Amino acid sequence: MSTAAPPKVIRQGPAPDAPPVLAEPTPRWKPVAVVLLLWLAVWWFTKGTDTLVLAGRDRTPVMDTLAAFRDRMIAGRESNPVMVVTGALADALRGTVSFLQRVISIPDDPRPVPQIGWLGVTAVATWVGYAVANWRIALLVLGTFLSFGAFGYWSHSMDLLIMVGIAVVLSLAVGIPLGILAGTNKRANSIIEPVLDFLQTMPTFVYLLPIVLFFGIGSASAVVCTLLYAVPPLIRISAHGIRTVPPTMVEVADSIGLTRWQRLLKVQLPLAKRTIIVGLNQTTLAALSMATIASFVNGPGLGKPVLDGLRINDTGTALVPGLLIVAMAIMLDRATTAASERGDIMARGGGLPPRLHRAILIGGGVLAAVAVMISRQSLWAAEFPDLGWGRAIAKGAGDVITAITDTLSPITGPFKDAITYALLNPLQAFLSESPWWLAAAAIALLAYVLGGLRALVPTVVCLAGMVFFGLWNNAMVTLAMTLVATILCMVIAVVVGVAMARKRSADLLIRPILDAGQTIPAFVYLIPCLALFGPSRFTGIVAALAYAAPVSIKLVADGVKGVSATTMEAVRSSGASTMQQIRKVQLPMAKASLMLATNQGLLFVLAMAVISGMVGAGALGYDVVIGFSRSEEWGKGFAAGATIVLLGIMIDRIARRAAEAAPDQWKRFPMRAPTGPF
Amino acid sequence: MQVSINRSLKTLAVAAVAALSVSACGGGDIDAKTSQNASANASNSAQAGKCGTINMAVNPWVGYEASAYVVGELAKSKLGCTVNYKDLKEDVSWQGFGTGEVDVVIEDWGHPDLEKKFVKDKGGDGSATDGGPNGNKGIIHWYVPPWLAAEYPDILDYNNLNKYADKFATSESGGKGQFLGADPSYVQFDEAIVKNLNLNFKVVFSGGEAASITAFQKAEKNKEWLIGYFYEPQWLFAELPLKAVKLPPYTDGCQADPAKVACDYPDTILKKFYSTKWASNAEDTGVKLVKAFQWTNEDQNIVAKYISQDKMSKEDAAKKWIADNPDKVAAWLK
Repeated sequence: MSTAAPPKVIRQGPAPDAPPVLAEPTPRWKPVAVVLLLWLAVWWFTKGTDTLVLAGRDRTPVMDTLAAFRDRMIAGRESNPVMVVTGALADALRGTVSFLQRVISIPDDPRPVPQIGWLGVTAVATWVGYAVANWRIALLVLGTFLSFGAFGYWSHSMDLLIMVGIAVVLSLAVGIPLGILAGTNKRANSIIEPVLDFLQTMPTFVYLLPIVLFFGIGSASAVVCTLLYAVPPLIRISAHGIRTVPPTMVEVADSIGLTRWQRLLKVQLPLAKRTIIVGLNQTTLAALSMATIASFVNGPGLGKPVLDGLRINDTGTALVPGLLIVAMAIMLDRATTAASERGDIMARGGGLPPRLHRAILIGGGVLAAVAVMISRQSLWAAEFPDLGWGRAIAKGAGDVITAITDTLSPITGPFKDAITYALLNPLQAFLSESPWWLAAAAIALLAYVLGGLRALVPTVVCLAGMVFFGLWNNAMVTLAMTLVATILCMVIAVVVGVAMARKRSADLLIRPILDAGQTIPAFVYLIPCLALFGPSRFTGIVAALAYAAPVSIKLVADGVKGVSATTMEAVRSSGASTMQQIRKVQLPMAKASLMLATNQGLLFVLAMAVISGMVGAGALGYDVVIGFSRSEEWGKGFAAGATIVLLGIMIDRIARRAAEAAPDQWKRFPMRAPTGPF
Repeated sequence: MQVSINRSLKTLAVAAVAALSVSACGGGDIDAKTSQNASANASNSAQAGKCGTINMAVNPWVGYEASAYVVGELAKSKLGCTVNYKDLKEDVSWQGFGTGEVDVVIEDWGHPDLEKKFVKDKGGDGSATDGGPNGNKGIIHWYVPPWLAAEYPDILDYNNLNKYADKFATSESGGKGQFLGADPSYVQFDEAIVKNLNLNFKVVFSGGEAASITAFQKAEKNKEWLIGYFYEPQWLFAELPLKAVKLPPYTDGCQADPAKVACDYPDTILKKFYSTKWASNAEDTGVKLVKAFQWTNEDQNIVAKYISQDKMSKEDAAKKWIADNPDKVAAWLK
């Protein structure tokens, strides 16, 4: 559902029939192996020295400086111009949210209920679904809205819709102009691009700390966090849309003497419209997926009941609102997609006869207006009756999940130990017990060997930053976990992705599960993970996998599918076995997709580092959590967040430069798929 | 086709008119309730001691929720206050005192750093006021699951811990025994205690309350070895009476230097903190109620159990306890 778009874009890459082998960069495994062997040799003699371990609650002067900065800002709440401006903005946002809440979600005192009740809201939403898309979408909207009420989360669902709505409107206001700027002006693009990279590599938990400082707690901060998370895909995709307008069209516009503004408004924007709507779709889903994180700062929405479930250790309680978030994502995704395709369908003469369509539109509008009137008058239409479905499902699901974890837990323990002792502990020992100068030099050398000077420079900058923030050792521990998780992620992605690509039935069965896996808040599956594996680094890895694997699986599946049918026909007729087909042809030819899947998987795993810190994985994730919990550790939490960002940018840069010679798709959309909260 | 469209339009129009007329004359029960509420508000404000708004911070653990919702629901139903519950971590809650976003923190486990910043006599900006004890007592210890205490009773003395250290080893503890540290919100000296008592253990942080609770539940169910930091009041004790391990007793000043701690945790008197500005409305009945509120660990555990075990909503759990304990409630409302 939600990630339908990035693969779509990828399919626009070079024709799948082109022999990709020719475009491959020359293998650089030999120098990489040399560097690693050298590293290992020096490690052997120096391990355990200069590891820059920061014990327990110790802090560096840099962290204390950061905390002091925070204190100064708080003290200057009334006088500091930045604080005054953000304070005023926050008031405006809070006012807007609270106004809309009183319209559809919370009682508008002295009214016992909101201005418009569930019947009215549902009817209007259904009508809008029909108006912007078609009757199928209208039915989907109707069903989704009724399920919000039937499962007992009407008010929370409306809150979430309000938050998503405001964030999307603001994203459009900010994102489209910036997208146009980035698409038409090279210099602007060179400034905007790195900022977007930065925003998209940064785990959202990390921005909560500073944003709460400036915008206060509650809905204002929640809107700002959501905006920062949701706007980058829109900017990137709008810019891409403008850039890919055929140059001949632009030339024609110039030759008939249009001014630049006219060219933009009459030619470039209309031609880029479809791509921009894809961006809108991505932005909407990204905004939605911030739901649970925003609840950490008292942002209203379905994230709150999810966190309630976590608090009483009950998966069932968290699952129902979690699934409603998934339902809302499906609804918004299908509706925006259908809306974007509507123009084409109409142009081809599809859809209902215009007169009938108009009749339904008017009739439906009248009905919706009546429903609004009724829901303003009668309690039954204003307050959703308590059906108790939510509680029943929560209880049933909770029991089933407990039964499953009880059955599995005898085998999960040994599995965890096997991976930890065989893979994680040795790698962690190698990385974190290396003297910092050794690890840093080796990583920089690897970056140079793999990606040349253009990879070396950002790598050195990031490494220096990591040393500066004083959490080097924890960064290495987190890096080890991230690498192990990425390896596991790719194993899963290749196995499942190839199965999906080769068998259509497998694809149909697995894809919805992947969609749900990407959209459901991680907090829903933390408790079962804990029940299976206990608090440990491996639990953190499993939680990260649940979030990262779906994207990688989809990318691998799409890549393998892209191998042309004629090629496969030829291979089959040569009598190759299934394993030979996969190993010798399909995987090598999908190499670009595999690399992209690895890079994305790695960044997704890293983005989950903070969540891992909540289930016993320690290291940088724990440092962020502690900074969020204890005032005196604010500086440390901020430093840990910054270090995660630096790690992410470094890895991404090395991977991208290393693949520069590879097909286009790498460079074109270095974007994080939009779903999932972190 | 033409005919059917016209017909469907007509049907729609008829339905619309019918529905409109129904809603116009019948129904209307919302309006009735609205005017009822409005007059209640008016009479409420006419009285001498009226209640304004209470912005109640709700910190993320169930015991806290129990206290916050009992006070909040009482203020709503008996005093007609507007109560806003705000789900927040501690640090963020305290920042809210100065901006007017938070009026009350109802259960504070001791944050000297925050007090220094926001409480006047501690050198802060004066936006927060110490509201004194809320009646609850925070008890922190090292705990083991009940089955372990029953089968190896001598484990309840720290002197014997090293004997069993290898049993506590996990994939995380690097060959030593694993000690499970807690949610970072809590004050913890476990690394120092382990070091200074020469225990062959390594502190591994669970990172969150959910993780700690699940670990203890799993350990009891599967008879696994586990020792860790835990605390009361906590709803888990209703389900799983964890057993405390005896450490050298707490004496005044034994926690003065965090690096040298080698003693047990003291019991913490849990306190209320208010926004100074809010608490200065001495005539506000909501302020009076919050100031008068005090209850015991047992009281809180009951409400926490309603929420966590019986899966009642926080509001319903609070209302049930209020209905069951009229005497205690009356004392706060005097």
